[in-house]
Amino acid sequence: MPDLGLDVLFKGKNMLRLLGGLWVAVKISLISVAISIPLGILLGIIMTSKNPIIKAVTRVYLEFIRIMPQLVLLFIVFFGSTSALGINISGELASVIVFTVWGTAEMGDLVRGALISIPKHQYESSAALALTPAKTYIYVIIPQTVRRLIPLSINLITRMIKTTSLILMIGVVEVLKVAQQIIEANRMSSPNAAFGVYLTVLLLYFIICWPISMLAKRLEKKWG
Amino acid sequence: MKRLKVTTIIALALAAVLGLASCGASQPSGDTSSETGKTTAVYRTIDEIKDSGEINIGVFSDKHPFGYVDENSEYQGYDVYFARRIGEDLGVKVNFVSTEAANRTEYLKTGKVDIILANFTVTPERAEEVDFALPYMNVSLGVVSPESKPITSLDEWNADDEMIVISGTTAETYLTQNYPNIKLQKYDTYANAKSALENGTAAAWANDNTEVIAYSLSTTGYTVGIPSLGSKDTIAPAVSKGNETVLNWLNDEITSLGEEEFFHKDYEETLTDTYGLDYEEELVIEGGVPAE
Repeated sequence: MPDLGLDVLFKGKNMLRLLGGLWVAVKISLISVAISIPLGILLGIIMTSKNPIIKAVTRVYLEFIRIMPQLVLLFIVFFGSTSALGINISGELASVIVFTVWGTAEMGDLVRGALISIPKHQYESSAALALTPAKTYIYVIIPQTVRRLIPLSINLITRMIKTTSLILMIGVVEVLKVAQQIIEANRMSSPNAAFGVYLTVLLLYFIICWPISMLAKRLEKKWG
Repeated sequence: MKRLKVTTIIALALAAVLGLASCGASQPSGDTSSETGKTTAVYRTIDEIKDSGEINIGVFSDKHPFGYVDENSEYQGYDVYFARRIGEDLGVKVNFVSTEAANRTEYLKTGKVDIILANFTVTPERAEEVDFALPYMNVSLGVVSPESKPITSLDEWNADDEMIVISGTTAETYLTQNYPNIKLQKYDTYANAKSALENGTAAAWANDNTEVIAYSLSTTGYTVGIPSLGSKDTIAPAVSKGNETVLNWLNDEITSLGEEEFFHKDYEETLTDTYGLDYEEELVIEGGVPAE
């Protein structure tokens, strides 16, 4: 058995610190997901609009968020909000804002895709049954959309959890940062710790993301 | 047509929600601007820090032994030891903020921390963006070589010998500029450079002197023949550009700490495990006055 330096994980509170860091990452992504799903659904409905202005605005928003690296967005929100607007927000809040803005854009696009995949005759049949547009959405379109959406949005959640590894750049101490702290604090006494500690971080991410991704697969099979 | 109406209504509703949200967000900004009132500066003065009872100090959380977090979640290290003393002397609580090499300047420019104590090397480029106080540590390059064939000077370099450097470090730049005749063996990581030296592929290894000293002490058979090479740089606390009250307070603090040999004590508490006592005078600057 090669020396992976796993012993550093059992020094003091190191393992608890790693789990604490994981909780920070999961918490930030779950809060962002909880906000971006309803906002994303609204955005998706708006994006199906034929109005050219609404179309252009939502398109620009989506493309802007997609093109911008998340790290740049984090820096803009965390440091930019202070230098441009004089608001001092915490790293955690900045992360939630960026992940929500990003999640809303991605979710909006997923919802738009799901909505336009609903055949036109569904709308027409609803109209023939004298359903109002609102009722058409509530009883006919949304239930069908949700089925197509859930697997896709669950994938978005796992992507968000993994992307939290960037928030260490704005001073949020999450699981990866704790790992780096542990490795560096023991650089002299256990130089091989990097491998073992990063392996543990990988396992932690896996333990969180794998069940979520399994759930997506099951739902896809069930409703697909 | 009808469907279009629904989407327009939702669009308006969402716009209203977002509008409200941004109003909510801008509310605190109104508060802070009225709080800071007259000054438009991003930083806090020394009196504002004292009144708030807390000081935000940016340190490294993963640079052993200067700023790191130990297994009990406590910040430790040479920089942190000084930061704690600052908090004590100001009579305020210290909030440690974990910073990265790449964002240290940004933290000061936006006033998100009051002081940076993250092993910040004084350079002319950085001095344009932040204000440095008096230095408290030296940093320069060092060269480590096998004890059996120690290299103590670079002037009579054997043309067949090669020197190990890590790509992108100051050692690489310095040697390329000042000793173009020395053949360099470049590695990307610390671990590769280390095994290259141990396998005898080169005569010596040049890096930050703190790194090579720590290496020679932890590995038998190697010695630092040249403990300081090239220009001596210093490490100093930094504050936001123009924050004179904090800068002056820090300079007075560093000068008066010199009388009690504070940084020697700091070295002995935090760095001896890594560097031993032999390099104390080499690394420590006491009272803000670098030795010649």
